[in-house]
Amino acid sequence: MSLIDSIALPRNFRLPRADGLVQWIVPLGIIVVWQIACVTGFVPTRVLPAPSDVALAGWKLLLSGELVRNIWVSFWRASIGFLIGGSIGFAFGLANGLSQLSAKLTDTTLQMVRNVPHLALIPLVILWFGIDESAKLFLVALGVFFPIYLNTLHGIRTVDPQLIEMGRIYGMTDSELFRRVIFPGALPSIFVGIRFALGIMWLTLIVAETIAASSGLGYMAMQAREFMLIDVVVLSILIYALLGKLADSASRVLERATLSWHPAFQKR
Amino acid sequence: MQTALRTALPETELASLANFAPQTRVVREERPAQASGLPLSIRGLRKSFGDNEVLRGIDLHIPAGQFVAIVGKSGCGKSTLLRLIAGLEKIDAGSISFADEVKAEDIRVMFQEPRLLPWARVLANVEVGLGRDRASKDADARAEKALNEVGLADKRDQWPSVLSGGQKQRVALARALVSRPRVLAFDEPLGALDALTRISMQRLLERVWRDQGFTAILVTHDVAEAVALADRVLVIEDGRIAHDVTVNAARPRERGSAELASLEGSILRHLLSAEDRT
Ligand SMILES: Nc1ncnc2c1ncn2[C@@H]1O[C@H](COP(=O)(O)OP(=O)(O)OP(=O)(O)O)[C@@H](O)[C@H]1O
Ligand SMILES: [Mg+2]
Repeated sequence: MSLIDSIALPRNFRLPRADGLVQWIVPLGIIVVWQIACVTGFVPTRVLPAPSDVALAGWKLLLSGELVRNIWVSFWRASIGFLIGGSIGFAFGLANGLSQLSAKLTDTTLQMVRNVPHLALIPLVILWFGIDESAKLFLVALGVFFPIYLNTLHGIRTVDPQLIEMGRIYGMTDSELFRRVIFPGALPSIFVGIRFALGIMWLTLIVAETIAASSGLGYMAMQAREFMLIDVVVLSILIYALLGKLADSASRVLERATLSWHPAFQKR
Repeated sequence: MQTALRTALPETELASLANFAPQTRVVREERPAQASGLPLSIRGLRKSFGDNEVLRGIDLHIPAGQFVAIVGKSGCGKSTLLRLIAGLEKIDAGSISFADEVKAEDIRVMFQEPRLLPWARVLANVEVGLGRDRASKDADARAEKALNEVGLADKRDQWPSVLSGGQKQRVALARALVSRPRVLAFDEPLGALDALTRISMQRLLERVWRDQGFTAILVTHDVAEAVALADRVLVIEDGRIAHDVTVNAARPRERGSAELASLEGSILRHLLSAEDRT
C-alpha cells in the first residue's frame, strides 16, 4: 500500500506532456558529465571508460551477436525463474490466506526458510545442479518466492471483513466471493510483492551468473574482467540497470491497468 | 394502514370495469412490489456473547409493511437484534418467524458504512444486490432502475471513491432495493452523514418505503429521526423491549411539529430515566 501511494503522489506535481521525458533528465545528465570527465582526462579511462567507449564496445558485441545472445539468456532465466517462484509463492499465499489449516501446516516452516538468505545456498546449489541452467532458475525462483508469498498472504488477510460479510449477505458463492471481493482486495498488496520480487530477481541472477555460469550477462562481465575489458564490464552493468527498469515499468503498466479503481491511480 | 392506502387505487380502477374479486388478485400479482411487506414475529428471543447476556427475551410482532424504529442506549443490543433478524448471527433461544417462506433476497440489511466494492463501478455495485439473479439478462436494467430510484442514474459508471458519503450511502440503498426485498433492516445508515444530507436521506428512505411497501426496521441513535420516520418506536433496555410507542402523526410529516416534538421528548425521558437508574 505505502509503495503504491508513494509512486502516485509525485505525479500530481507534473505536467502530463513532460511526464515521459522528465524522468530521463537525470540519467542523461549523468552520462554527459561522465563523458566530459573522461574526455578531459579528469577520470582515467583505466578506472572508468567514457560512455562513448562503452557504446562502441556495445556496438561491437552487437555485431558479433554475442550481446543479443547473452541478454536473451539472462532474460530467459529471469522470466522463467520469476514465473516458477512467483506462481508457487502466489499459490501458497492464496492457500494460506484462505485456509486456516493450510496456514497452520506450512506458514511456520516457510517463515523459517525465509530467514535463510537464499544466496547463502549458492555453494549447495552448485553441488546439486553444477553450473547448469537449473541452478540459476532454482535460485531466482527461491528469491522471488518470498516477497510474492508474503504480500499475497498479507493482501488476502487484510481484505476488509465488512466487505466479505457484505458479499456473503448478498449470496455470493465461495468462488464469486474470491473473484469479486478477496482477489481484487488483495491485488494492491500482490503488486507490491511483484515489484519487490523483480528487484530480487535481477540481484539473484547477477550473483548467480557471476559465480556459476557459462553464458549470460553476468558471465559476459566476468569474462571481460579476466581480459581487462573494462568497457564491457561497465556495459553489462548498464544493461542490468536498463533491464531492471524495463521490468519495473512493465509491472507499473500492469498495475495501472488493473488498479484503475484505486484513488491513487485515478487521473486528477 | 399503509397497505390499505396502496391497494386502494387499483381496486377502484377495477371496480369501474368489473366487480369481482379474482381480478383484484391479478392486478396485485402484476405489481408484486406494492404488496411486498413481510410480517415477522419474534418469540422469547435470547442472545448472549459469552457471559454477556445481550438480549433476554424479546417478544415482538411487526405487521407487514410497518416502519419500526429501534432506539436504546449504546451497547443495548440493537445491532445484535438486527443481525439476528437478518440471519447474520445464530439464535440462542426463541424464534424469529416470517409469515411466508423467505428467500435470502427477501431480507436486506443496510449498515452505517456503505460497504461498496471499491473496484467495481457504481452500477456493478448495485448489481451485487441481485443475489442469484446477478447473471440474468435484465440485471443491468434492474440495477439502473434502482439507481434511478435513489437519484444517482448519472453516476452509474463512476468508481465509488469519487462519490460523497451521502452518495455512497444512496448506492448502498439502491443495492439493497434492487432485489425488491420484503424486509429491509437499517443499522444506523445515516449515522455518519452531516445534518442536511441526513434529512434528505430520511426523505428518500420514507419515499422508497412508501413506494415499495417493504417492512422497515431502522436502528438509530437519533430519537427525532425515529419519530419522524417510524409508525412505531421500540425502546430496548436490559435486553428487553421496555417501551413500544405508536406514532400516529399523518404523513408526510412536518419536521419539528409540536406533536412529534412532544413524542420525542417523552421517549428521551424514558431513555434518560433508565440511564439514571443504572
Ligand atoms: N460478535 C460479538 N462478540 C462478542 N460480543 C459482542 C459481539 N457483538 C456484540 N457484542 C456485544 O453485545 C453487546 C450489544 O452490542 P450491539 O452491537 O448489539 O449494541 P448496539 O445497541 O448496536 O450499540 P450501538 O448503539 O453502540 O451500536 C455489546 O456489549 C457488545 O460488546
Ligand atoms: Mg450498533
